[in-house]
Amino acid sequence: MIKEEHPLKKVCIICAKGTIEDVYAALVMGNGAVMEGIETKIFFTFFGLDAITKKNMNNLHTGTVGNPAMRMPGGLPFPTLLGIIPGVEAGVSAMMRSKIEKLDIPPVKEFLEMIEAGGGEIYACKLATDMFKLKKEDLWEGVKDILTIGQFYEMCGGLQTQIIFT
Amino acid sequence: MAQKIYAGVTVDINDEGYFTNPVQWTKEIAMEIGKEEGIQLTDKHLEVLKFIRDRFSKGEMLTIRSVGNSGITDIKGFYGLFPGAPMKKAAKIAGIPKPASCV
Repeated sequence: MIKEEHPLKKVCIICAKGTIEDVYAALVMGNGAVMEGIETKIFFTFFGLDAITKKNMNNLHTGTVGNPAMRMPGGLPFPTLLGIIPGVEAGVSAMMRSKIEKLDIPPVKEFLEMIEAGGGEIYACKLATDMFKLKKEDLWEGVKDILTIGQFYEMCGGLQTQIIFT
Repeated sequence: MAQKIYAGVTVDINDEGYFTNPVQWTKEIAMEIGKEEGIQLTDKHLEVLKFIRDRFSKGEMLTIRSVGNSGITDIKGFYGLFPGAPMKKAAKIAGIPKPASCV
C-alpha cells in the first residue's frame, strides 16, 4: 500500500443539478467524506436546490430523455421516444429510488440528516434561491446558511482541501 | 501477513491493522485496540461492536445507517462513540476486516 503523505482534510462539494443521480453523487461523496473524518461542506445551487427544498427533496427524478446510458430492464437501450410518454419518467424514477434503497442508501432527507449528524455542513446558494424565489423556510431545516459563492469559497481555504463540482 | 500481540494473544492483522481472522477477537483485545485508537471502551461501545460483529458474521452489509437503525445508538451517537471515522474505527476494534461499504 502506498502511504498517503497528505490525506484530505476538507472536501467542498458543489451540486448544481437536480436529478436523482446528480444529487446522489454529491450526497454519497459528501457522506463518504464525513465517514472518513474529513471536514465536509456541500453547496447546493441552481437545480441542485431541489435536493434541499422541502417540497421536492424526496421526489427527485431521473431524466428519461437524452440519456444515452439509460437501459431497459433487460439491458436494451432505452428509446428516447419512450421517455416522453407521460408517466414513464415517474416510473423510471421510482425504480431508481427503490434500487438505491436496496443498497441501504437512504432517501434524500435522511441522507442529509446522516451527513449533518456526522458534522457535515449543508449550504444553499443565494443567487439561485433568489432566482427560484426560495426562502430559508422553504428549505430543509438542516441547511446551515444561504451563502454567496464568495462566502462559500472563504470556507474552502486551507491545505489539503478539494472543491468538487458535480 | 502481520501479527500483533493484544492482551497476551497473538492475532493476525493486515498492514492497516485490521483483523484477518475475526474469531481471534475477544473483549479484552478490543479494550487494547480501543486504547490504541484513543477510545476507552464503555458498555455502549461494546454493544455497538457486538452488533457490528453479528452483522458481519451473517454477511450483511455494514453501513452507518444500519448502526443508526440498530436501536443501540443513533448516527450522531455513533460518531460520538468512535470519533473521526466511526465505521472504520469500529471495524478495527471489532476485529473484522475493513468495511467495503460506501455508505
